[in-house]
Amino acid sequence: MKENIVIIGGGIAGMEAASQLLDLGYKPIIIEKSDHLGGHVAEWNCLFPDMTPAGDVVKNLVTRSAGANIFLNTEISFVNKLKDSYNIMLSNGISIITKIILVTTGFSLFDASKKEEYGYGIYDQVITNKDLEHWFNTGDDKRVGDCGMNAVGFVHCVGSRDEKARNSQCSKVCCITAVKQAIEIKQKFPEAMVYCFYMDLRMFGKKYEDFYISAQRDYGIRFIRGRVSEVSENIDGKVIVKAEDTLSGKPVKVTLDLLVLMAGMVCCKDSTKVANMISLPVDSDGFLKSRDNVTGIIEAPKEGIFYAGACTGPKTVPETLAEARAAALNVHLYINRMK
Amino acid sequence: MMDFGFKISPSSTINLDKVDLEKFTRLHEIEPDVYKCMACGSCSSTCPAGRFSGMSLRKVILDLQRGKEKEAVAMMKNCMLCGKCTMVCPRGINTRHLILSIYRIYAEDEK
Repeated sequence: MKENIVIIGGGIAGMEAASQLLDLGYKPIIIEKSDHLGGHVAEWNCLFPDMTPAGDVVKNLVTRSAGANIFLNTEISFVNKLKDSYNIMLSNGISIITKIILVTTGFSLFDASKKEEYGYGIYDQVITNKDLEHWFNTGDDKRVGDCGMNAVGFVHCVGSRDEKARNSQCSKVCCITAVKQAIEIKQKFPEAMVYCFYMDLRMFGKKYEDFYISAQRDYGIRFIRGRVSEVSENIDGKVIVKAEDTLSGKPVKVTLDLLVLMAGMVCCKDSTKVANMISLPVDSDGFLKSRDNVTGIIEAPKEGIFYAGACTGPKTVPETLAEARAAALNVHLYINRMK
Repeated sequence: MMDFGFKISPSSTINLDKVDLEKFTRLHEIEPDVYKCMACGSCSSTCPAGRFSGMSLRKVILDLQRGKEKEAVAMMKNCMLCGKCTMVCPRGINTRHLILSIYRIYAEDEK
C-alpha cells in the first residue's frame, strides 16, 4: 500500500491515528513542530478521573506509532494544490505528494496574562494549571511549596466563556481539571484550605460527578460560586482575592498563598496556518470547521482532508483518542473508494 | 450627633481569613455529607416553615461556612423537624439528622 498519508501534529491524536493506520498496513507520515511527540498530554502529570499517569499514555502511544515516518522539529513551509493531490513542502526541505491529510494540530492554552485582573505575570503567587502540572511532574517551581501553602485558590473559566477574551466557548476540561488539581494539592498539603471559584461546574463525563462529590465530602474543598473580580498582592507577597459569593449575595475576600488559573483551550495558531494553506474554513468559534458538526466532525469540507482531536474544538483525552481511531478508519475507507 | 440623613454601615464583605471554622470542622467530622450540599434550594422550597419564618437549610449551611453562626442558629429555631427536606435532597443528605447535629454543636453556648 503505497498511498501517502500525512498527519500534521504529533500529539496523542496524531499518534493514535498513526498507530491504527500502521495496523491497517499503511505507512503514515507524522509532522511535528517540536522536538518530541505527545503534545500537551506529555506536559501533564495525571489524567482525570482515575489519576492515570499521563506519561504512561504518551509512552504507550509513542511505542505503538514508532513504525511511522516521523519528522520532528519540522513545520510546513507551504502547500501546493495539484490536480487531485497536495504537494507539501516541509521546513527541512523534503516535499511530499499526498492525497490524504489528517489534521491533528490540537489546541493552544489560553494566555492567562491577557486577563490582567487575575495578575498572571504580575504577581509571583499566581500560576496556571499548566504551571501546576509542571510542578507535579518536576517539583521545580519556587512559587509552589515554598510559600506555606495554608490557603490555595483555583479560578475556573479563565479565558473560557469570555466574550471579552474573544472565546465564547466552554473549554470543557477545566472544571474537572480544577477538581483534580485541588484534590492533588489537598493530598500533598492536607492542612491547606482549598477554594474553587466557579461560575457553573460542568461535570459531564464518566465519573466526573463522583470525583466532584469526593472533592467536597472527602477532601473538604470549598466551592464558591462567583467569578473572581480582582486579585491584588499584600505586603507579605500573598494574594488577596475578591469575588462575589453569589449564593450569599455578598462580596467575599480571602488571602491566599497560591492562586491557580484554569486557562482554557483556544484554537492553535498553527491550525489556522495549516487551514489557510489548504483553504479550509474556520468555524464561528475559531476552531476548524468540520463538514458537519453532528455527523461529520472528523471530516473537512474538502475531499481527502480529515480532522481528529482538539483542532475542531475542546476535547478530553478519551474523546480525542476515539476521534483519532475513527479518522484512521475513515482514511482507510477513503483509500479503498479511490481504487 | 448631626443627622445627615445617611449613616455609614459596616462593610458586608465576608472575609474568609477571619472565619473560624473550628465548629464547622467538628460538624464535618460527624456529618461528612454537609459538604455535599450544592445549594440547589430543594430543601428551602419544600420547607413548610420557610414560607412564614424565613427558615432555609440551604442558607443555614452556607452561613455556617461564612462565619454567620448567629443568623444560622436563629433561623434553625423555626425548624419543626418534619423531615420533608430529607425526602427531596438530591444529594441524599440526611438533613433532619444534620439539623440536629448543627443544633448540638452550635447552640451549646446558649444552654
